[in-house]
Amino acid sequence: MDLRYTDEQIAFRGEVRGWLNANVPKKPLPSFDTAEGFEAHREWERTLAQGNWGMVTWPEDFGGRGCDLLEWLIFEEEYYRAGAPLRVNQNGIFLLGPTLMEYGTEAQKARFIPAMAKGDEIWAQGWSEPNAGSDMAAIRCRAVRDGDDFVITGQKIWSTRAVYADWVFGLFRTDPDSERHHGLSKILVPLDAKGITVRPIPQLNGLPGFAEIFFDEVRVPAFNLLGGEGEGWRIAMATAGFERGLMLRSPARFQQAAKRLVELYRSRSNEVLDPTIEDAVLRCYMDAEAYALSTYHTASLLCAGGSIGPEASCNKIFWSELDLLIHETAMKLLGARAEIEPQTAQEFADLGTWLDGFMFSQSGPIYAGTNEIQRNIIAERMLGMPRK
Amino acid sequence: MDFTFTEDQQMFAEAARSVLTAEVTADRIRERWSTASGLDLSLLQQIQELGLLGMLVPEALGGLGLGQADFVMMGQTCGYVACPEPIAEQVMVTAPLLVDVLDRGLGHGAVQTALDALQGGALVATGHPINPFINFAEQAEWFLLGHGEGLYLLPAAEVTIKPCKSVDPSRRIAEVSFEASDAHCLAKGESGATLWRSTLNRGALSTAAQLVGLAQAMIDQSVRYTTDREQFGRPVGVNQAVKHLLADVAVQIEYAKPVIYRAAYTAAISPTRADLAVSHAKVVAARAALLAARHCIQAHGAMGYTWECDLQIWVKRAWALAREWGDEGFHKNRIHEWLLRPNALLGPDLTFGRGSITDSVAA
Repeated sequence: MDLRYTDEQIAFRGEVRGWLNANVPKKPLPSFDTAEGFEAHREWERTLAQGNWGMVTWPEDFGGRGCDLLEWLIFEEEYYRAGAPLRVNQNGIFLLGPTLMEYGTEAQKARFIPAMAKGDEIWAQGWSEPNAGSDMAAIRCRAVRDGDDFVITGQKIWSTRAVYADWVFGLFRTDPDSERHHGLSKILVPLDAKGITVRPIPQLNGLPGFAEIFFDEVRVPAFNLLGGEGEGWRIAMATAGFERGLMLRSPARFQQAAKRLVELYRSRSNEVLDPTIEDAVLRCYMDAEAYALSTYHTASLLCAGGSIGPEASCNKIFWSELDLLIHETAMKLLGARAEIEPQTAQEFADLGTWLDGFMFSQSGPIYAGTNEIQRNIIAERMLGMPRK
Repeated sequence: MDFTFTEDQQMFAEAARSVLTAEVTADRIRERWSTASGLDLSLLQQIQELGLLGMLVPEALGGLGLGQADFVMMGQTCGYVACPEPIAEQVMVTAPLLVDVLDRGLGHGAVQTALDALQGGALVATGHPINPFINFAEQAEWFLLGHGEGLYLLPAAEVTIKPCKSVDPSRRIAEVSFEASDAHCLAKGESGATLWRSTLNRGALSTAAQLVGLAQAMIDQSVRYTTDREQFGRPVGVNQAVKHLLADVAVQIEYAKPVIYRAAYTAAISPTRADLAVSHAKVVAARAALLAARHCIQAHGAMGYTWECDLQIWVKRAWALAREWGDEGFHKNRIHEWLLRPNALLGPDLTFGRGSITDSVAA
């Protein structure tokens, strides 16, 4: 155990910090759930790609830097410290990218990864359906093989970023006689294909962060099948492991939020406060640190060639509940004015983006597998409790 | 940057684990409850023969010369088996304090005698002013006691012991009083305060390690119980409400462990940053263990509320240790004081200080 950064790691941090200082937009970008904000965030992805900072863990051939997980953590720490924009292509770079590298053919990698890395193609995800939410194996949206094509008919819902994105990846039922997790395949679909209708769904903040996608005999080439036909479930599960879970929400995000919360708390410490606030602020700071330490511990294990077990299922619950507590506590600190949606520069200065973050934090315990499902997974796979 | 235990550390922890799990069982813990001393002397002898009592004592002083990070997994095991003997305290608190005193050239010949006695298997009790009583005081041969900032070493004959009854039948606690005389004084003033401060951190760290071990043991027992116990024709553990009780504890344990490992590492290299790291460890470990106690009693149903059910051994230890070596209020206030400092190192790039030891000690 040696909790000191190496000289190389310190130099890497310096390089990241220097580049971000010079390149992070001075003014925050508009939300990527608006047309204008989406394009602004796409431009930012292009800027990142030009500096080879788009996805530092990717091989250099794909525009990355071949970094290990510890360097990735350092990059993320600097990224959140600098207040850089959220990643509009997170579905692509964090979820699909690693899957493509593992299961894609060389031709598929060449076709999709560079465009993803450069921000030219932004991805939406298409897992859920109206009757397949937590029970994802109930997927019915079908893709029928017709010569060199698949013909897709059905519906997806809660597709994050689908309103403005260019492509969607998802699980489709390629074997019409199959049930549950058999007979599913992972297929990549351009959202401008004939027969696709995207219906935006406004989220709690009024912006269309996700959408329904209707597929009416949408024809895509079989080239777009990722992995084997009928292998979709296995691929989805294999890439639902640690790296994906970790990269989805890196600890730096919460450490930065906890730091802002402590600053907000310090600035109000002369006021009469709800006595529970002090305890909550401490807990937010401690839990954000704990999430970072746990991630370093796991990343070190993986870097040393180790593997991780089902304890990784604890991640999702821990960070989503931490995010709720951070924002609930900020709302308490803002008091009655927490209700105000900032419009003016003065209001932004006083109230920050806490309300928006508070609303978003409501979704954390729901998306990427509800926390109730996560608790079942922990109980059954980590603790070994009986299924029936 | 490598936040893993070495192969040696893991092998050492495994060796300690195999002895402790074989020798410390619920039945044998119950047997201790009706004996005069409450100690299993044969266990202490085995631990002594393995050299574990001097684990943190330098080789030149007859020990194994290992560090706090080497102990932390063994501390967890002491909790996991609910070991009644104060092994963790002897190894992690008392021995290092005696070594500190010798290192500073303080005190008198009795210090070496007490350290030798400890490594020989005798109990040397540490009465830190933060703890109102001492566990197994009546069985101790030597006492390290505090008066103001002063540190005193006395043989058992020189102290007055007033036993109290702990909620945990495995603990034999007593209030200990003594005459603070220069003849027994090892350190005073700033020097005494420094020794007591690092002792407090070692005590809290040792307790934190035991607390997560206790929590893990309670979970394991509850998984077994809710798998075997059937109602409505199926194990009670199939119910989500029961699963989620235990999953909540598992999450807390998972995120307490790396905090404890960081504290063990930090306390050894950076005394100034140690207070924060250790207080964090104690708070989250106590939180995990107290939640385990509550949820695991619930998972056991009415059995969980009985004297017969072995779960009580772990539950009551958690209740006691959660407040020993600084309760939640003490440790949260240490963190709070630090967080309010305008120059506190906060934020995603500062998890390990400024990146080098020299900077990280300047907390």
